[in-house]
Amino acid sequence: MENLIALLVAAPLLGAVVLLCGGRRLDAVGHWIGTALAACSFVIGVVLFVDMLGKDAEHRALMQHLFSWIPVEGFQADVAFQLDQLSMTFVLLISGVGSLIHVYSIGYMEHDERRRRFFGYLNLFLAAMLMLVLADNYLLLYVGWEGVGLASYLLIGFWQHKPSAATAAKKAFLVNRVGDMGLSIAIMLMFTTFGTFAFGPVLEATGETSEGKLTAIALMLLLAACGKSAQVPLQSWLGDAMEGPTPVSALIHAATMVTAGVYLIVRSGEIFNAAPDAQLVVTVVGAVTLLFGAIVGCAKDDIKKALAGSTMSQIGYMILAAGLGPIGYVFAIMHLVTHGFFKAGLFLGAGSVMHGMNDEVDMRKYGGLRTYMPVTFVTFGLGYLAIIGFPGLSGFFSKDKIIEAAFAKGGTEGWILGGVALLGAAITAYYMTRVMLMTFFGEKRWQPDENGNEPHPHESPRSMTIPMIVLAFGSVFAGGIFAIGDRFLHWLEPVTEHAHGHPPVSALTVTLATMVVLVIGAGTAYVQYGRRPMPVVAPRGSLLTRAARRDLLQDDFNHVVLVRGGEHLTRSLVYVDHTLVDGVVNGTAASMGGLSGRLRKLQNGYARSYAVSMFGGVAILIAATLLMRAV
Amino acid sequence: MSFPLLTATAALPALGAIATAAVPAARRTMAKWLALIVSLATLVLAAIVLVRFDPAGDRYQLTESRAWIADFGVRYELGVDGIAVALIALTALLIPFVILAGWHDADPLETGNTRWRPTQGFFALILAVEAMVIISFEATDVFLFYIFFEAMLIPMYFLIGGFGDRAHEHGEETASTQRSYAAVKFLLYNLVGGLIMLAAVIGLYVVAGNFSLTEIAEARANGSLDMATNTERWLFLGFFFAFAVKAPLWPLHTWLPNAMGEATTPVAVLITAVVDKVGTFAMLRFCLQLFPEASKWATPVILVLALISIIYGALLAVGQRDIKRLVAYASISHFGFIILGIFAMTSQGQSGATLYMVNHGISTAALMLVAGFLISRRGSRLIADYGGVQKVAPVLAGTFLIGGLATLSLPGLAPFVSEFLVLVGTYARYPVVGIIATFGIVLAALYVLVLYQRTMTGPVKPEVAEMPDLRVRELVVVTPLIVLLIFLGVYPKPLTDIVNPAVKQTMSDVQKKDPQPEVEAAK
Amino acid sequence: MNPVNYLYLAALLFTIGATGVLIRRNAIVVFMCVELMLNACNLAFVTFSRMHGNLDGQVIAFFTMVVAAAEVVVGLAIIVSLFRSRHSASVDDASLMKL
Repeated sequence: MENLIALLVAAPLLGAVVLLCGGRRLDAVGHWIGTALAACSFVIGVVLFVDMLGKDAEHRALMQHLFSWIPVEGFQADVAFQLDQLSMTFVLLISGVGSLIHVYSIGYMEHDERRRRFFGYLNLFLAAMLMLVLADNYLLLYVGWEGVGLASYLLIGFWQHKPSAATAAKKAFLVNRVGDMGLSIAIMLMFTTFGTFAFGPVLEATGETSEGKLTAIALMLLLAACGKSAQVPLQSWLGDAMEGPTPVSALIHAATMVTAGVYLIVRSGEIFNAAPDAQLVVTVVGAVTLLFGAIVGCAKDDIKKALAGSTMSQIGYMILAAGLGPIGYVFAIMHLVTHGFFKAGLFLGAGSVMHGMNDEVDMRKYGGLRTYMPVTFVTFGLGYLAIIGFPGLSGFFSKDKIIEAAFAKGGTEGWILGGVALLGAAITAYYMTRVMLMTFFGEKRWQPDENGNEPHPHESPRSMTIPMIVLAFGSVFAGGIFAIGDRFLHWLEPVTEHAHGHPPVSALTVTLATMVVLVIGAGTAYVQYGRRPMPVVAPRGSLLTRAARRDLLQDDFNHVVLVRGGEHLTRSLVYVDHTLVDGVVNGTAASMGGLSGRLRKLQNGYARSYAVSMFGGVAILIAATLLMRAV
Repeated sequence: MSFPLLTATAALPALGAIATAAVPAARRTMAKWLALIVSLATLVLAAIVLVRFDPAGDRYQLTESRAWIADFGVRYELGVDGIAVALIALTALLIPFVILAGWHDADPLETGNTRWRPTQGFFALILAVEAMVIISFEATDVFLFYIFFEAMLIPMYFLIGGFGDRAHEHGEETASTQRSYAAVKFLLYNLVGGLIMLAAVIGLYVVAGNFSLTEIAEARANGSLDMATNTERWLFLGFFFAFAVKAPLWPLHTWLPNAMGEATTPVAVLITAVVDKVGTFAMLRFCLQLFPEASKWATPVILVLALISIIYGALLAVGQRDIKRLVAYASISHFGFIILGIFAMTSQGQSGATLYMVNHGISTAALMLVAGFLISRRGSRLIADYGGVQKVAPVLAGTFLIGGLATLSLPGLAPFVSEFLVLVGTYARYPVVGIIATFGIVLAALYVLVLYQRTMTGPVKPEVAEMPDLRVRELVVVTPLIVLLIFLGVYPKPLTDIVNPAVKQTMSDVQKKDPQPEVEAAK
Repeated sequence: MNPVNYLYLAALLFTIGATGVLIRRNAIVVFMCVELMLNACNLAFVTFSRMHGNLDGQVIAFFTMVVAAAEVVVGLAIIVSLFRSRHSASVDDASLMKL
């Protein structure tokens, strides 16, 4: 069975190679090849899953050692895979949602002449992402980690002729690189501390080193997670990443890649458990991002950017849960999976709306679309109910558990974190209701563009609606299936450990409080957006709204401090290199020339002046000789 | 005595150079094919060297030794260790691509003049450089090494000064002035370095009585040759200075951007991918082996200079407006990594540095040669003159991106393996240095992606709208390099197997042991 | 008479000759001053020979006279040809030996 693991990665990788090197010949069938290989990965995943279910809970992990990767004195890096319950969860999510989005893209990218290449990139992404979650050591994980970064770069910038897309792609890669630096340093720290960076040996040996070392490793891992999962302070790339085609936003920037940071933290649980200071930082980062993303999501008029803010905020929940330690790991992953379903569904719905609206993204120019796109409306609506945590739907179960766990952290911290999580739930209900109302309800607000083309909203083709329907099913039922009877908990427990927290308030109280804030949030949105007509041009808004529209000024900060500062630095360094470093050398040459020019003047051609210098020289010599004698 | 394989590997391109130069003026194409065939034959010989080399065997293998200048104890001594084998293979591998990439670079502008034979000269000079580089890697006699280390400058000087890009934004006259400036600068820098090294070579002879690397190293190791601390330091500095100019290490780097900018792209590849490697190789082979104590003494300063090179080179690369100069500054940053790895004095660092030399050669060749194809299409080296190329020439853009990704050390491509080894090796002994060097990977992403964005993406500029995609000849050049980059990134074991024993030897020369992991040290 | 006085005389003559070489412009006069310096040296040599009681100094003095005679031949020839080409015997007019 374990020999199948490599095939999980190999199938989409093969797809990427064939599609990217195959040339125009494959244009006609490229999307089918890509989709088939993604589905192939999913089928293998299901086979392995069924096999795994048949085994004892403690003996489910499979290992596959392929070959020795970098054998150097004292340094052993292998290409080896590990498939345990945690990886399995991700494999099914990635290949499952991935396959659905492949299907969706067949319709969505139908009119794009570079569709074959798009599928090549998608396959490349799947291969890298699967490698990330299957690796049995941090260095191989790093390969997947940067591989998904590359795929994300290529896909965000897929429409490279748009300068904004190219810039967004570059920005995403660069911000991620800052995070990757953290991962590099963490691996180096592990190497010098443990002499290895394979999961097994490192995580077993955490007891043998100091807490300070572990805190350093944990913080570096957190930096990496911040980059990949768009957490404050490295969150700025995610909004811009919406320049990519919508299926990409759904797959990479909502369901899978951006959750890699959560995977990393949960996978390294033993390290974090032994470093409480680092855990505290993790929870703070999660809590801050949770609010940050939610606030940004409230102000955006671009449907995808509003959803991006929401993604950021939901991952904030997961990071927060992961920072809580054993009481939160399982719920972080559970929320991650349910979020994968409903957020992917929401994005696909947004894509479907854009598909029918001539790629318009401004929600102020939508309105009343529910009658034009019934399937999209229903699936999007179910996703909406799931994300705000409507009782009985997926989000309800997973988010509720996280809020509970946050309170269970105990002490003042517990109250603060729990309060923030509750507040986040209220804002989530608010901005999602806003998106829903602006898009599907109210009057139609679209107008012909300057060329006189008026959008004709219509339902999307079958290839697009079927994945949306499947995901909507997931949004509705996944949470219940996981949570009832603690199935998910028992499934993951052998890998991630689980501790039952002791919340200061009863679970029922938390649930009720969540319901209350939900109603408040959704109600406020209804009062603001549902009952009065929506202006097509955004009003000026309060100071906070304006700041939130600009991503709470973080981009402005980056621009002024990093971009401008960097430009000045490089420009002055170019100047320094030219004038100073090069100048010293050229200056030496020039002063040599100048000196010899001066000395040349002594050679004036007058015999008598030569005679004077001769006499002078002789006189000095004699004087020197006499002096030496005297001494 | 068995067949002198090493001599043959160096002599073949040398003879090929003479033969190519002698081809009549009218038979230009014949000269090109002759040069290509000779370089391929050299590649075959290098492959035989690679196969015959036994990683588990003696330190120096395939040795040859003949008396040469008996009065001064100079011998013609050749021998290769794992590091040298890897670099000879790299050199022999790259030259055919350099020749193929420069296929039309030296075609005469007017064909009427029958006495003027630039094509023959161009390819003959390339082969001459190849011969000298290979013998520098093989020489185990310090004097022999010195001669070819210096002689290399002569063909390089003519290659830089004599041949430039066909089209130039400022007209042929300015181009020619800038070219000769670059060539003279290259020559002067390296000559100064070489002269200081000559003094040190003579000093070494005075102290040791002969020039044989193996004998001196052995005598130093068993204590029969005692050097005063100061003598050793001065001699070390003499050698190191020359290698630091060649490598080039900050602040001795300013000749490289000029030389790489003005030379034709194949020659620029020759400089950075092949010739400069002699400098870093010689640090490993001569500085560490002959002067282990002084090397350790100088380590702190060298590490700081290497660190400055890494960050400074990368920052300057970000600020460049000229594609070729950008690659040149990126190379300065990469050479910083190589030197860092050598002087970190850990197994990982030195293995990484050696792999880095090979991988940097391949990745820079890939990036630079594609950049050259791009430049030859538009006739400008300025980044601002491009835009939207990927729309009209997707294969060109794709290969350019892969070359760029290799330069920024993307995992899965060969340079990642070496860069990570260098970083880990450095971090193990000098954590702060390791962490600062890690900033280099962010800056590398910056300069590569900015370059890609400005040239390849965005709206198509009218000047590039008609740009043809890569031709067959160009694909033949680029494809093998990319395949190799991926192969060595996924499976570098063949290379590490050869390099590891040699690194182990060097580590024992300097009498350094790898730092123990904390957990094991505690046990 | 004290032989040291001859040395004083020689020094005086040498100084006169040297001054003449440095301040006079006429090539002939400069030339004569050079001869004066040579002869001052000869005088010193002979004096030293006498003081030390061996013949080395006198041998050198003869040698100097022979060289001086040869030098006069060459030197006068140069001055004459210079005068012919430049119509002047001033040493400053022949200032071509410069960069």
